[in-house]
Amino acid sequence: MALAFKDLHWTKNIQVQQYLQPGTLEEALEMLANFEGSARVIAGGTDVVPQLRGRDIEVEALVDITRIPGMDGILEDGENIVLGGLVTHAQVASSNLIREKALLLKEGAGSVGSPQIRNVATVAGNLVSGQPAADTSIPLLALDATVTIANKDGERKVPLTAFFLDKGKTVLDCTREILTRIQFKGLGENEGGCYLRLAKRKALTLPMLVLAAVVNADKEKGIINRAAIAMGPVAPVPYRATNVEGWLKGAPISDETFISAANMGMQECTPRDSSLRGSCDYRQEMSKVFIQRGLKEAVSRIGS
Amino acid sequence: MNALTLSFTLNGNEVSLHISPNTLLVDLLRDNLRLTGTKAGCRDGECGACTVLLDGTPVNSCILPAAKVQGRSVTTIEGLAHENGQLSEIQEAFIHEGAAQCGFCTPGMIMNSTALLENNPQPDDQEIRQSLSGTLCRCTGYRKIVQAVVTAGEMKKSQG
Repeated sequence: MALAFKDLHWTKNIQVQQYLQPGTLEEALEMLANFEGSARVIAGGTDVVPQLRGRDIEVEALVDITRIPGMDGILEDGENIVLGGLVTHAQVASSNLIREKALLLKEGAGSVGSPQIRNVATVAGNLVSGQPAADTSIPLLALDATVTIANKDGERKVPLTAFFLDKGKTVLDCTREILTRIQFKGLGENEGGCYLRLAKRKALTLPMLVLAAVVNADKEKGIINRAAIAMGPVAPVPYRATNVEGWLKGAPISDETFISAANMGMQECTPRDSSLRGSCDYRQEMSKVFIQRGLKEAVSRIGS
Repeated sequence: MNALTLSFTLNGNEVSLHISPNTLLVDLLRDNLRLTGTKAGCRDGECGACTVLLDGTPVNSCILPAAKVQGRSVTTIEGLAHENGQLSEIQEAFIHEGAAQCGFCTPGMIMNSTALLENNPQPDDQEIRQSLSGTLCRCTGYRKIVQAVVTAGEMKKSQG
């Protein structure tokens, strides 16, 4: 049966009763509380608008938080780097501070969508969308980032390792809560990190596989002190290969180490079969390649 | 449904009107303001045909709630020509190089190129391709489009 023109996805508009633009965080949280779950936060809107058009989500009101002052900066606070909840991918990708202290995050942020998407899409939104291979979630997970979540009753800090619950689901309730800051330690002298992305094209495409690695090593002694390996989509949530990380503690810097780590890590990965972005088998094989390549590259960047 | 009063600068002119909270910027421009130079392609933020400049920065107008432009400045393809009607260097360069086949992506290509040359008057091939990576040409005529941006940069330079 032919679809009527008005029923095509292309013609569908968003459907909300109210579009609210609070001027302060307190006002925004108050508005959300008043709607008791039937309003939703919108920032860049690059995920929310297509979801609303496709009727994947339905809400009465949108609370646009982009006019809240003081949440759009990238700051250095001692050894920590703090991203405000409204910082965009374009800001991160062009920040000198991020390039010097967290190159892997710059690489991830610069891979999202397209220039137009990166200009409005926020890094906080990338986290809140909860996709298993989000281009900034993976490096931030490897950087052991912590997020601050505000609601009407106050705020709480949650490490990213405890933030993601399932595909598209996090501990944050986007009908009542706002992610206000993302905090992590910049890479130190003995640390190197990298971001790897496997995709069909260089632009405008979701990844088949991404990996972020951070390695802390004593290059003179040739010993790895600790390593963090985050990957996606190899599980329903952004994944930390903790068994491999544990094994790498104190291991010598060598190709044999990287190969053993890759073989071990591959066993942990259970990616989905995707007709568009690779079979489970292929992605598993590539996860092995990426772990080896990622560790080697992270080590090579130490001190550079 | 609660209507919104929206005031913003459009191609240098102040505009004020009432809109539904569901209005997306591309529809406001095309249906309410009859500026049909901005194209609605995929309507999902993928193809970039709907690109406009928001405070000078390229954005996809098809997934941008119109309420977001309150108090801000929007430039569309109609706003690029000089006051005497003469086309901008980039528009001239696209004509000169024949950088359009069906022409549907052209407004998006030109808006992204405009923003690029504003910040980087002499971009290299890589920088041009990077800045146009969010605008798809399904006639696949990218080579002439990239050449047009190079030419526009040279035209700007020679005019000082």
